[in-house]
Amino acid sequence: MSAVRFRLNGVEMVVDTDPDRSLLDVLRAELGLTGPHFGCGAGECGACHVLLGNRAVASCDTPLWSVADKHVTTVEGLGNAERPHPLQRAFIAEQAMQCGYCVSGILISAAALLKQNPSPTDMEVRAALDRNLCRCGSHNRMVRAVLRAAREMAAP
Amino acid sequence: MSTSPAPKLPVSLAANPRLSSWVEFAVDGQVTVSPGKVEIGQGIVTALAQIAADELDVDLSRVQMVRTSTAASPNEGVTSGSLSIQQSGRALRQACAEIRQIFLDAASDRLGVDSGALDIKDGTISGPGNVSTSYWELASEVSLDREATPAVQPKPASQRALAGQSVQRLDIPDKVFARPRFIHDLVLPGLLHGRVLRPGIAGAQLRELSDDGARVASGVVAVVRDGNFVGAVSETENGAEAAIQALRKSATWSSFITLPDENDLAAFLKSQPVDSTVIDTRRSARTGAAVRTIRRQYLRPYVAHASMAPSCAFAQWDGDRVRVWTHSQGVYMLRADLALVLKLPVENITVEHVEGAGCYGHNAADDVALDAVLLAKAVPGRPVRVQWSRADEMTHAPFGAAMAIEVEADLDADNEIVGWRHAIWSNGHTARPGRATQPALLAATEIADSFPRMISTNPPSANGGGGDRNSVPPYDFPSWTITSHRLLTMPIRTSALRTLGAQGNVFAIESFLDEIALERGEDPLAFRLRHLGDARARDVIRKAASRANWKPPRNDGVGHGIGFARYKNTGAYCAVVAEVEGAENIRVRRLSIAVDVGEAINPDGIVNQIEGGAIQATSWVLKERVRFDRAGITSNSWTGYPILRFSEVPLVDVDVIQRPEIEPVGAGEAAHGPVTAAIANAVFDCLGVRVRSLPITRDSLIAAMEA
Repeated sequence: MSAVRFRLNGVEMVVDTDPDRSLLDVLRAELGLTGPHFGCGAGECGACHVLLGNRAVASCDTPLWSVADKHVTTVEGLGNAERPHPLQRAFIAEQAMQCGYCVSGILISAAALLKQNPSPTDMEVRAALDRNLCRCGSHNRMVRAVLRAAREMAAP
Repeated sequence: MSTSPAPKLPVSLAANPRLSSWVEFAVDGQVTVSPGKVEIGQGIVTALAQIAADELDVDLSRVQMVRTSTAASPNEGVTSGSLSIQQSGRALRQACAEIRQIFLDAASDRLGVDSGALDIKDGTISGPGNVSTSYWELASEVSLDREATPAVQPKPASQRALAGQSVQRLDIPDKVFARPRFIHDLVLPGLLHGRVLRPGIAGAQLRELSDDGARVASGVVAVVRDGNFVGAVSETENGAEAAIQALRKSATWSSFITLPDENDLAAFLKSQPVDSTVIDTRRSARTGAAVRTIRRQYLRPYVAHASMAPSCAFAQWDGDRVRVWTHSQGVYMLRADLALVLKLPVENITVEHVEGAGCYGHNAADDVALDAVLLAKAVPGRPVRVQWSRADEMTHAPFGAAMAIEVEADLDADNEIVGWRHAIWSNGHTARPGRATQPALLAATEIADSFPRMISTNPPSANGGGGDRNSVPPYDFPSWTITSHRLLTMPIRTSALRTLGAQGNVFAIESFLDEIALERGEDPLAFRLRHLGDARARDVIRKAASRANWKPPRNDGVGHGIGFARYKNTGAYCAVVAEVEGAENIRVRRLSIAVDVGEAINPDGIVNQIEGGAIQATSWVLKERVRFDRAGITSNSWTGYPILRFSEVPLVDVDVIQRPEIEPVGAGEAAHGPVTAAIANAVFDCLGVRVRSLPITRDSLIAAMEA
């Protein structure tokens, strides 16, 4: 056991646990955040994506120790019903899902993209989401939603 | 008065006639609606809320949809087969129509106004002279604890305000804001975590096992062994995982089962003992003389459900009663199977639904529920959450059955089709729980007091069939014989996958039609229209063709193909034009789709279902095939079982033909068959290569060129 300190959704955290545990396990089991989802445990599906700084990473194969002193953002940290992130608004507007299990990870990948590239093309959105799997076939709606959010964020 | 035959109740309402089991006004200002169908990402809960709000004349925001549970909900069997709108929707519409009338009559008594003079707006019932009351004011004096009758007619289509509107889905805000909604995110007091050990080889028998390592893993409170069923329960998820790893290291397995040759599935399927059924025959007097016969064989591999979420369930024992939380598609059916395994009366078991990820048919949702029940038995009083691993989800859940399909056409001297034969060799397409005297759950085959593995069967043709689904051609050929050979052996476990046999059969029929049209030098669109009398079929085909500007001039490396089917031959009509680009790999650029589901309750919901089905079918066609060697399933990860990615997804353009006067049918499975065929036909148009074995990959293209 040892304490790992990091910022989670803007709040300073100290977690006293086995630092080899996966970030996903700690977020869900210790910190009660159910936004990041377990999909494969091998970093192959994107359902557990979180922002590490400005990058989307798979939290299922990120050990807790590796986020020490870094900024972690989960989908809960993007926004909520009272103060939604433009991406969250756009996913509702475009009804961009069927089952929605992959959506929290996809919102994170999209948020990482928009931080680096505020006005992406359709192809750039697809490239940025290529590590995220969706089994329901909602891809095109999600791409439309990301483009809608980008437009909204660019508007004066 | 007109005299028409006595109206009948919709099937689901006849089976669950108590009005109060569907609708209640117990909470002021709210309408509580309890359907027996469950949300699996298809938007059914929203569509049903629309129907109830419309018929009762209340605002949609007042409708509270209750999760299905064996404790209270109407028993509507399983949420499958694109039947929820037909079954639950019709039942709810009829129940709400009667409930509305019951309240109008009660209001009439209270207000002293003829019920015909009363009107309902957002639940407020008012009449001439500013008199008014409401559902909620009257609720205490109106009992809905009575049997439904068919006496009241639901509103005509023209008077529905919400049906036909693309209202936003009720479940989406929770999913976007990560408010716990999935079963995976459920938290219960005193929760324990369970995991089950399953080996990578088929038909494995446990020879040796030591639980020494598992017992010392973190927080472990129980290690369970019952025959070949092995699991562990811990205070933490990590502890349960560690215990399973230790058990895995100590376990020795043996097996006497050999799986088929994955590269010669047709030979395997056609060499097994079968139960053969003639599905349909037609003989017409106008049959001309056949001068030659063309024969082709098409193959669909085993296809995985491959849900994004590993299956998950919770169970908690209290004495000889157990409560189960599940994302099963049929809570009553699961309960029936649990009762068989546990040898308990069904009354001792409560099964309630909590949303899971999309399942696309019978995946491991039910299996993991029995796992949880068996593990929770070791820790009475405490709830146990069990979640499968990705590898187990990809190897131990049932698969969609492989199919070998032989189609023959007799052609006359003018190359017109005068005879048609279609034969299917396939395992049955369903082994769902709750339908037999033996359970269909995986662990039931593993425990010491075990049950044999249930061999999959096919639903009757009247219900859409299974392996034979969509095998009867929609075209007016003068004669045909359709035969289904269902395998009586099942080395690879199969059960219901979206569309059952329809994807394979439509692929075969529509590919073969194109082959014959080419022989004739006839445009495949014209050829189809010439053989279709059904106006709705012709409409969707013409609409899809016009959206795709059929047939665009040929460009190098680009091809177009068409596919059509009416799902189950009784459901939604769907026509597709695919545009593909062929180089080293096939890329599907665009799918132009027209669909007719009758009344479209939520048009955007239908477009969403069709888009999703089309993209999933593209994934099946271009990528998917369960891989195995002689010992076991080898495609046990997303690397081993790749699916279509964002950069590979085609544009999908969907046109819904609205027919508000025609009873609605489901949209979830309408696109798979037509999309499959349209892609295969477009690949031929593009490359001149006819691929008859799915998936259409670089390897199968090369194999087809060499054949």
